[in-house]
Amino acid sequence: MCSSRGVGVLQKRFIVPNKMGLHARSAAMLVQAAGRFASEVRFSKDGIEVNGKSVMGVMMLAAGCGSELEIRIWGPDEAKAMEAVQRIFDQKFLED
Amino acid sequence: MVLTVGEFVQAQGQYLHLKLLAGGGGLKRRISAMEVNRPGLALMGHLERFRAERIQVIGRGEESFLRKLNHGAGGQIFRKIFGFRRLPCFVVTSNLAPSRLLLDFCERHKVPLFQSALETEEFVGELHSYLESRLAPFRYFHGVLVEVYGLGVLICGKSGVGKSECALELLKRGHFFIGDDLIKIKRLPGEILIGEAAREDFGSYMEVRGLGVINVASLFGIGSVMDSTRIELVVTFEIWQGPRVKSNYERVGLTERTKKILGAAVPHVTFPVFPGRNLAILLEVASLNQRLKNKGVYSAIEFEKKILEKTAGAKK
Repeated sequence: MCSSRGVGVLQKRFIVPNKMGLHARSAAMLVQAAGRFASEVRFSKDGIEVNGKSVMGVMMLAAGCGSELEIRIWGPDEAKAMEAVQRIFDQKFLED
Repeated sequence: MVLTVGEFVQAQGQYLHLKLLAGGGGLKRRISAMEVNRPGLALMGHLERFRAERIQVIGRGEESFLRKLNHGAGGQIFRKIFGFRRLPCFVVTSNLAPSRLLLDFCERHKVPLFQSALETEEFVGELHSYLESRLAPFRYFHGVLVEVYGLGVLICGKSGVGKSECALELLKRGHFFIGDDLIKIKRLPGEILIGEAAREDFGSYMEVRGLGVINVASLFGIGSVMDSTRIELVVTFEIWQGPRVKSNYERVGLTERTKKILGAAVPHVTFPVFPGRNLAILLEVASLNQRLKNKGVYSAIEFEKKILEKTAGAKK
């Protein structure tokens, strides 16, 4: 209802790479990146799916180092949004 | 929705006065059914349609029957009963002492056997209400959950549309906050939807853009937060696209719109959002209007009726 499920959805799995996991700063980085795009962004872990543009949601996943996240993006600029998210994970949130 | 016998005992053991007597090796067994089973017929040897997946409750009747059963016949029946792999556990109520045979079979087949101090009637009632809520189907939703004039309202809409700001204004006006962002909704029998913060262990936090994370209970007082509420209205906020974009907003209110959540229909109102609109007062009125409707008062229909009376009179 609050999330729609389109046919063409980009989907990718990520492993949380940094020691502190998705804490306030790293979650904010992801959320700010996702918020720059018009596409819908969802993060899920252990069956709980949250809105990737909401810092509360992403933090509430309580994703520690090494945990697996599934990220789904759909919308007009989905490829660019996924790239931006990928970049943040590649850079390990500029930590460690 | 996975519940093991171990988790069940940890959660309810004290409340239901449960004592583990045998079969402690089977605490990882799963409880998948909300109902309980009184295995009277099974103990008589009738195992057709035996509901093995349910918690098996042995009360005074079953117990006195078991006591009369001789060891050979009892063993034969128990071998059949314990052949069902999905048995979660047995409970003897009223502090009854279970027969040696039952203790042995439970221990050998690693099926937990508990003794409860409660009488059967009370035990079954309490157990059922616990399982009903614990095994209820649920889903997570992105939104804000508030209670406005006694009605649980789920506020939906895209990120940044103003859900949290609206909740703040509602808090200021004395309404209640349940959760922000990630809401867990359970469906109970009778199309009842119960919403709660998905991570209540984290407390009542909310994010306000520009301010960051705030603690609602500390800022507005413990009296302004609630753990859960029954959802009776869904309100969706949508950015208004201007008058030229074809939209479908309700103008008269003759049609009742609903949203399906977990198969249950909930009244649904959509508000276009634009700068300067007081979303909190809209939500208050929507909630009051819904309460009127729940009492059978439909303002739009009343108004339409008056118009129709007038127009019919004009023809003559």
